[in-house]
Amino acid sequence: MINLLLFPIIIPFLFAIVLLFFKERIVLQRVLAAVGLIAALAASLFLVYTVKQDGVQTITLGSWPAPFGISMVSDMFSALLVTTTIIITLLVVIYSYTSTGEAREHYFYYSAILFMVTGVNGAFTTGDIFNMFVFFEVLLIASYVLIVLGGEKRQLRESIKYILINVVSSALFVITVAYLYSVVGTLNMADISVKIAEIGQPGIITVIAVLMLIVFGIKGSIFPLYFWLPGSYAAPPIPVLALFGALLTKVGVYAIMRTYTLFFVHQTDFTHGLLMVLSILTIIAGCIGALAYFDLKQIVIYNIVIAVGVILFGAAQMNESGLSGAVFYLLHDMLIKGALFFLIGMIIYVTGTSDLRKMGGLMKTHPSLGWFYLIAAFGLAGIPPLSGFIGKLLIVEGAFQADHIWGSIVVLASSLVVLLSVIRIFIYAFWGEPQALPSVERKPYRGMMVPTVVLVVLSVLYGVGTEWLLPYMTDASNVLLQPSIYIDAVLKE
Amino acid sequence: MRTNDVILQTTTKVVFFIIFLFAIHIFFAGHYTPGGGFVGGLLTTGALVLLLLAFDLKTVQKALPFNFVIVIGIGLLLALGTAAGSILFNVPFFTHAFDDFTLPLFGETSLHTAMLFDAGVYLVVVGSAMTIIQSIGGDA
Repeated sequence: MINLLLFPIIIPFLFAIVLLFFKERIVLQRVLAAVGLIAALAASLFLVYTVKQDGVQTITLGSWPAPFGISMVSDMFSALLVTTTIIITLLVVIYSYTSTGEAREHYFYYSAILFMVTGVNGAFTTGDIFNMFVFFEVLLIASYVLIVLGGEKRQLRESIKYILINVVSSALFVITVAYLYSVVGTLNMADISVKIAEIGQPGIITVIAVLMLIVFGIKGSIFPLYFWLPGSYAAPPIPVLALFGALLTKVGVYAIMRTYTLFFVHQTDFTHGLLMVLSILTIIAGCIGALAYFDLKQIVIYNIVIAVGVILFGAAQMNESGLSGAVFYLLHDMLIKGALFFLIGMIIYVTGTSDLRKMGGLMKTHPSLGWFYLIAAFGLAGIPPLSGFIGKLLIVEGAFQADHIWGSIVVLASSLVVLLSVIRIFIYAFWGEPQALPSVERKPYRGMMVPTVVLVVLSVLYGVGTEWLLPYMTDASNVLLQPSIYIDAVLKE
Repeated sequence: MRTNDVILQTTTKVVFFIIFLFAIHIFFAGHYTPGGGFVGGLLTTGALVLLLLAFDLKTVQKALPFNFVIVIGIGLLLALGTAAGSILFNVPFFTHAFDDFTLPLFGETSLHTAMLFDAGVYLVVVGSAMTIIQSIGGDA
């Protein structure tokens, strides 16, 4: 079973292909998409178990020797990300059954979702910097399909922006990889790390580090490169928004964390200092956005930006607490953003509007929705024992250890802003006088409730079960902290 | 608006087959020399586009009644299947096998599973290029 680490990539890919043959049969598409993701979930859970038992799993495609062929590497960090990705996608698919509409489902909706998962999992798993570009393209092209599918005027307008931004950043990605190759002469990520250590990171490598930060910063939406995100993400329907919000920016964040812990570790004063300043600015910009809008979607979308800032702030500390906090917070954020988007999707479905000022009194008509929203909101803000707490605690602890007092104060203050922004939704939508609601069918509502409840419960378990998850998180942050584990696993032969 | 394109149509009927055969040649040349599924697929699409220019969308669809999306699917399955075959033998994904065989008519021939993968690439390229051209051309 040396190919095990590829299964979470291959299985969604296989099912995405099979779905191409059944364009008109929606029920079959729904079933096959769910079956494929459940199979992939089983494979990824087994992968986490294997990585825990036997350490980092690697394979070099086509039986080529390691620095020459394309290596795929699954350490605990990427295995956990892959598993979380598949869980969220499975729930998004179930949520889509009742909320997407048959018109979209007829046009390869589920295929596109599965192709996107292929790309996301591939980007998390690959150990080759050019191959990472290829998987970025796979997930981006699938996301182009998802963002434009439906062809509403707003979607068409925003997808032009989205495609343009991503084409430019992809071009920059290739250019950066070419620079890097011209300096170190290799594309294998473990080998690059070794070569950079040998030449001791001269100025040109630092320039490449900044270029990489720009490339992945556009994908991961850091300040000041997040400008495209609020508009583009608000255009597609809620399940797609949940998928994008929970997964796509996280791929950029993962890439920054990987390259900044594996490659560019010799001039941390400059590179990681820059990363930290940008992450703090990202948090501040996100906070301003999250408080500025009365639109449900925009508030939660700006919360993505804040979370990206917090994770990268943790990663920039380069110490044990900071990095394990970043890993904790990254996984937490994927779960909780999915849950929040599901919940606001239901609020929008029930009230027929996304404008906070036109809602009110939902607590009387939809109490269960209200309570689950409150749990998710507290989880997002990091109220113990919910899932956001431990990650933020570790990140701030790491920042204090590294003497970055002001940054930690910003992170802590941002928690209050996050809490305020999501509680504002709660106050406007659930308290107050009930507004006249448009009559809606109950069946889609129940169909959306099931995956939402599962995701909220998962995020609560993630917070409560911190103690039990800790060994996995430690493994994940150890690989980030000690690149030699990663390098030895890839180049051992 | 219909122009007299007898010359174009007559030439196309011959040239189409020349281009198509050349595409097949390039496809097999990719075995050890420059060429392969991608270029072969593009050349084939070029031939099909020439048909579309000389005649019209309906005629070509009648002559080649394929759903090109299905062609993409078959191509992807073929490529993935070839690559995934290595899983059965527990060797790294994408490991290929090849050997020399003595075939009637061809004589000593080197056969390589990479050819099956390339055939998948060929079908994907033809399928996606034709899907794009048909959906853009169909709107006009």
